[in-house]
Amino acid sequence: MAWWRRSEYARTVVFVLLLTVGAWELAVRMFGIRTFLLPPPSLVAMEILNNPGFYAFQSLYTIYITAIGFALAVIFGIGLAIAIVSSKFLDRTLYTLLIASNSVPKVALAPIFVIWLGTGGEPKVAIAALIAVFPIVINTTLGMRAVDPDMIDLARSARAPNHDVMLKIRLPNALPSIFAGAKVGISFALIGAIVGEFVAGERGLGYVILTSQATFNSPRAFAAIVLLSVIGTIMFFAVELCERWFLPWHVSQRNARAAL
Amino acid sequence: MQTGPEPMQHERSAPPTPYVSVSAVSKSYDSGKNAALVLDDITLDIAPGEFVAIVGPSGCGKSTLLKCIAGLQPVSAGRIMVKDELVLAPPDNMAIVFQRDVLLDWRTVLDNVLLMVEFRGLKRKDFVARAIQLLTTYGLGDYVNRYPWELSGGMRQRAAICRALIVDPELLLMDEPFGALDAMTRDDLNVELERLWFATRKTLLFITHGIDEAVYLADRVVVMARNPGRIAEIIDIDIPRPRSLSVRQTPEFGEYTTEIRRLFASLGVVKAE
Ligand SMILES: Nc1ncnc2c1ncn2[C@@H]1O[C@H](COP(=O)(O)OP(=O)(O)OP(=O)(O)O)[C@@H](O)[C@H]1O
Ligand SMILES: [Mg+2]
Repeated sequence: MAWWRRSEYARTVVFVLLLTVGAWELAVRMFGIRTFLLPPPSLVAMEILNNPGFYAFQSLYTIYITAIGFALAVIFGIGLAIAIVSSKFLDRTLYTLLIASNSVPKVALAPIFVIWLGTGGEPKVAIAALIAVFPIVINTTLGMRAVDPDMIDLARSARAPNHDVMLKIRLPNALPSIFAGAKVGISFALIGAIVGEFVAGERGLGYVILTSQATFNSPRAFAAIVLLSVIGTIMFFAVELCERWFLPWHVSQRNARAAL
Repeated sequence: MQTGPEPMQHERSAPPTPYVSVSAVSKSYDSGKNAALVLDDITLDIAPGEFVAIVGPSGCGKSTLLKCIAGLQPVSAGRIMVKDELVLAPPDNMAIVFQRDVLLDWRTVLDNVLLMVEFRGLKRKDFVARAIQLLTTYGLGDYVNRYPWELSGGMRQRAAICRALIVDPELLLMDEPFGALDAMTRDDLNVELERLWFATRKTLLFITHGIDEAVYLADRVVVMARNPGRIAEIIDIDIPRPRSLSVRQTPEFGEYTTEIRRLFASLGVVKAE
């Protein structure tokens, strides 16, 4: 049953993608759109297939930056949220500051990070982590707060120490929110990595896009964009897969489990 | 071990020192001057091993009183002693069964029961066998490794009771534990609870909306009125134990329930029959 449903879903996705690509190819050919404005998908595919080593290397670099940035965002995000929920002082100071600075367009800080951290991988990881950390902290904090008061009373009635309340009640209770934040965070981390590569660097898909723009090499820019969307999608589903492993008990996962 | 099942003493001429002693307790949630009084001058003693039920209309402060006794809410005036110690925080040797079962979705039934062991800083492995045995007694033997959401409402409430019993508390506080269940399941659990209390003689405070349930289970029924929450009457229930569900058909049972219903009618809580 689940297998059939999943394959049905996969079939729909593949169908929609093929339709889009087909329409794109057809439109370019029919209207004679010039290649440097919008290359047809066949040309983009050829571009990738002709330089597999190059694209593999650039993709892996961007994935690497994104993954490290995201991992840091998860670690710091959850850590900060625990600190905020544990301490009234941090709640008033740090959390207020976080909420206030959330509206600052953080990509604007990318050039500053280059000044601080140089042109290597560090500023890119930093900017990826910085944008990804916000949805994770905020969601985790909200999730840890939204605990049934009876659950806290239950723990208090058994004279549970504070760290038990945090680790055995608040944190697991927040897991669904943490994953909601992480799904936004992983996309943000990828954006951060690309912006970092735009600003400074000589590697990564962001860098590839930037340099091909300078030479009007549109097939190459589009190849990088296509690869980026594939990477973004795979990373998103990787987080969702983790969610399924971690949260077999959550309402959103129950049907999946029951059907297995 | 606890004293065996002896015949009930009907005369309470020389009550032992109370296990729970509530004296002149008032409570309001806000500290302002014109804060609404939720509990007004409550005085109630519960003897060791006694089964006391509280009935009262919604909002009369039953849960609040339970939380005060449990040390989960501070009192505004008066004092509460448990085992001759002033209650400022949850006392040791106490367990609560809530109206909603409050099982953790991310833990199996067994792990939910053992949670109380972990909270108390005891060793899990010393209690696994006991937990499984308890769950088996309560008909959950096949469900120890299931998640709460795979259980029916009655099974979940049974699991919650097992969780309260795992550390063998002396004082058991139950806040409308069967309120959300259908009549048949409720009857079942009532019988089980009466049996449990009869065998272990825990000091038990049981809150309920159900007059029949209160009379069937308790040694004494505390009838509360609201606005502000106060004790209207305390009624001794002299029905011999162990009780079976059929005592509900006896005339004396009917007299008790009629008396309580009349009391509620005179308090304006329910319309007179
Ligand atoms: N945490 C709280 N903060 C403020 N007011 C509260 C709080 N809890 C309860 N109250 C108020 O105290 C009063 C008594 O509530 P309580 O929950 O003790 O009633 P109850 O007798 O248990 O009712 P029910 O039978 O519906 O459970 C109510 O008016 C309620 O609004
Ligand atoms: Mg209540």
